[in-house]
Amino acid sequence: MTAPASPGAATVAVAFANVGFRRGERRILSRLSFEIKAGEFVGIIGGNGAGKSTLLELVLGFIAPTEGTVRVFGNSPHGTRGLIGYVPQRIELDPDLPLRARDFVALGVDGARFGVPFPNAVRRALVDEALGDVDARALAERPVGRLSGGEQQRLAIAQAIVGRPKLLLLDEPLASLDLGGAAEIVTLTARVARERGMTVLLVSHDLNPLAHAMDRVLYLADGRAAIGTVDEVVNEDTLSRLYDRPVDVLRVRGRIIVVAGD
Amino acid sequence: MAEFFASPNVQAALVASAIVAALSAAIGYFVVLRGLSFAGHAVTDVGLTGGAGAMLLGLDPLFGLIAFSVGAATAVGAFGPRARERDVATGLVLAFALGIGAVFLHLQTKFANAQSTLLFGSIFDLDPALLRVVAAVGVFAIAAIAAMYRPLLFASVAPEVARSAGVPVRALGFAFLIVMAIGVAETAQIVGVLISTALLVGPAETAIALVRDPLRGIVCAMAIGIGVTWLGIALAFASFDWSRGAQSWPVSFFVALLALAAYVAARAYRRVRDA
Repeated sequence: MTAPASPGAATVAVAFANVGFRRGERRILSRLSFEIKAGEFVGIIGGNGAGKSTLLELVLGFIAPTEGTVRVFGNSPHGTRGLIGYVPQRIELDPDLPLRARDFVALGVDGARFGVPFPNAVRRALVDEALGDVDARALAERPVGRLSGGEQQRLAIAQAIVGRPKLLLLDEPLASLDLGGAAEIVTLTARVARERGMTVLLVSHDLNPLAHAMDRVLYLADGRAAIGTVDEVVNEDTLSRLYDRPVDVLRVRGRIIVVAGD
Repeated sequence: MAEFFASPNVQAALVASAIVAALSAAIGYFVVLRGLSFAGHAVTDVGLTGGAGAMLLGLDPLFGLIAFSVGAATAVGAFGPRARERDVATGLVLAFALGIGAVFLHLQTKFANAQSTLLFGSIFDLDPALLRVVAAVGVFAIAAIAAMYRPLLFASVAPEVARSAGVPVRALGFAFLIVMAIGVAETAQIVGVLISTALLVGPAETAIALVRDPLRGIVCAMAIGIGVTWLGIALAFASFDWSRGAQSWPVSFFVALLALAAYVAARAYRRVRDA
């Protein structure tokens, strides 16, 4: 299930070269170097404060690295408008928000453009297709604020993919979901990414719901990273080196538990 | 009724009030969506100080209203995007400006009815030259809202996603505050400071309760705004006869009452529909 693509040189979707990021005195990421190939599904795993969201903000171009360079499809993140779809953390829409699910998703088509949007068959078709991809056709005319957390999560994904991005970034999309809901979002994301040929970076503090779906894992601890398949990264040797202290990796009934101590 | 429409004062009042009602409703829709009701009201009250200051200097109050409202919006916007910061900043700016306004009104001895004009508007007593200014400002502000519509909606509903799509979220929020300030200042000049907030948030909230999508919602809010204002003017005109020709009741009373009634009715309708 590794990167598909053209024989020879697969396109690089995201490249970090010696990237460091500091906020004041605090070092959040240090000397991160990795490449993510187009079409890969990569889980970004780590505890609180490991630098997961910072990493996404660098890819989005919200912040610039204090050292090193970030490239997205060979460009600086500022030159990638329209190539990236983004699902932010904690989607909680106001219950009285005067938007139907379809209006919410349509913002992802041309929401950045100035002016009043006139009804348009192309936009409508794109929205219907994205709603179908996240199994939300039936929700199209419902007020988006009145839908459940899981339904809003799926619509946020529809909004992120409707503009046909090549890279999909999801920040903790599983945080507020139960196990079944999390598995459903992961399966759906993996399927849509495959069908639409998108590269996925999905941030999560737990790797278990992702284990079967991701091609590689980018494990973050104290601002440092290890990248590889789950077996290559999530073992006692690699993680002890990453955390710089003894780490136990337990496999219990198909679940992986990392005990990093404190 | 023929007498009502024949009066040039009434005609001017209907035109001017339709402009400010439509403008207020369109701006108000985003005010409600962005949780800016308090800031919208405060900016109007600060405008009152500017209006009083302008009258003290012998200028048309509209210019003072606009200058002070825009100044207040700039101050509110400069305090950053977080709701708590914004509300505190708004409260402080408001208290300071009202203090100055009290001094201006106190010093105001030339026109006995200056305070009343600012508070209740001057709808039946519009200078034709002013009507042209009102129309120009109204067209400008509605065009500005139409131009901002899509990215502003995006930034109001999903700010981080909008930012990732290249929407200048902060700059746009600031620009909206300025347009809002110009809009409420102009509304305050026509219908008075006291009810410009009712026209700003009343029709918008009513439309949000009635209509589920934003574009039709804004059109609906504008129609409700014009409806309550015209009906309010007609009732104020008719009230002249109720008191046996002694004095008509203020337009602002009727408009505020109708705006509130429409909102209450729409809320009740929504509760029944969604039950």
